[in-house]
Amino acid sequence: MRHVISPLDFSVDELDKLLDLAVDIENYPAKYKDICNGKKLATLFYEPSTRTRLSFESAMLNLGGGVLGFSSADSSSASKGESVSDTMRIISCYADICAIRHPKEGAALVASQKSSIPVINAGDGGHQHPTQTLTDMLTIRCLKGRLDNLVIGLCGDLKFGRTVHSLINALVRYSGISFVLISPKELRIPDYIRREVLEKKNIPFLEVEKLEDVIGDLDLLYMTRVQKERFFNEEEYIRLKDSYILDKAKMSLASENMMVLHPLPRVNEISVEVDDDPRAVYFKQVQYGVYVRMALILTLLEVETC
Amino acid sequence: MLNVGKLEHGLVLDHIQSGKAMSIYQFLRLDKLDCQVAIIKNARSNVMQKKDIIKIEGPLELLDLNILGYIDHNITINIIENGEIIEKKKLTLPKEVRNILKCKNPRCITSIEQELPQVFLLTSEENETYSCMYCEEQYS
Repeated sequence: MRHVISPLDFSVDELDKLLDLAVDIENYPAKYKDICNGKKLATLFYEPSTRTRLSFESAMLNLGGGVLGFSSADSSSASKGESVSDTMRIISCYADICAIRHPKEGAALVASQKSSIPVINAGDGGHQHPTQTLTDMLTIRCLKGRLDNLVIGLCGDLKFGRTVHSLINALVRYSGISFVLISPKELRIPDYIRREVLEKKNIPFLEVEKLEDVIGDLDLLYMTRVQKERFFNEEEYIRLKDSYILDKAKMSLASENMMVLHPLPRVNEISVEVDDDPRAVYFKQVQYGVYVRMALILTLLEVETC
Repeated sequence: MLNVGKLEHGLVLDHIQSGKAMSIYQFLRLDKLDCQVAIIKNARSNVMQKKDIIKIEGPLELLDLNILGYIDHNITINIIENGEIIEKKKLTLPKEVRNILKCKNPRCITSIEQELPQVFLLTSEENETYSCMYCEEQYS
């Protein structure tokens, strides 16, 4: 039995197989529609995240399985003071696999230590969000045709944005990757990522403040939201939230083949006028999120797929 | 110079940074052991000028000496049997430190679930950096 706590829990080879399976699911959905008949997914969401929870539930329903769970800490035994470990021991008796989201960093690891069913980290605070990374990677591989030799722009909140940290960690394992890090000074990438990941692995990267200066050089632009819940200070949030807005004028500076990704939800960092641009793939990304979660559930449940 | 008698069986922790002996006494939980312990503070040293020394008479298997590597890997451990030094142990940074440090990240799961063990993993020997097993917050 294995768990998925970090995007790096899969080797590059394992990841390739997982993404291959996700592509097969996309191409032949009928083959998989009853494959998890009788299996149950528990979604333990200690903080609200409609998209991620529904994506997991949709994935399990597409596979013919059932779902159960809760969508906020208030409606779970956490409100009575039950520990994550105890909750996990109990849920192990009710379901075959679980996805957990928790506001505290490391909660999914704690859950996995006491679980007798596979645990998927569906986001633990500002720490890891592996299924978002898998979604991003499937989107890039399907729409760009490769995961290597890419110039990737990461724009917005690079300090607290866990999707960005996870994506960097996952992509540095491929050759020919370089990053352009676009953010206000206050929201730059944390030192430990700069030092322990980028510099240690000799990955070329550039830190800039203006999106329009670099957008023309990018193969991919990954936009992120300045998340209000990651700030301790309301004034800081208001000062920074509109720092980086992608609009038609900035898109006109980008190459024809550049693609715009976003983990969603967006607030106003991508103008709605960009939505109809064929280079805007963030809604396709959501669909890939379901396919990759289906592939992940099948892989962790060790369901025979041939 | 103050003289403390020779050990028959036990160990001598030498080259402890001056003033650190009491914290090592506590880290090793020597207060819980029913054996003779001598703490020498500010002993003269050619190399360090001043150093602390701890002498412990008794069984060694009850002591978690790995933790000393985290506290100060310059400490020398001399194992004594029949009044003679039979081994000098060199300390290295332990791969894991358990319940010594406490994670200060307010977003870490350990901040709300206090019964969890506080586990830190060695992430860089060169920089002597550890990170919390749960939230990966770094400490050096």
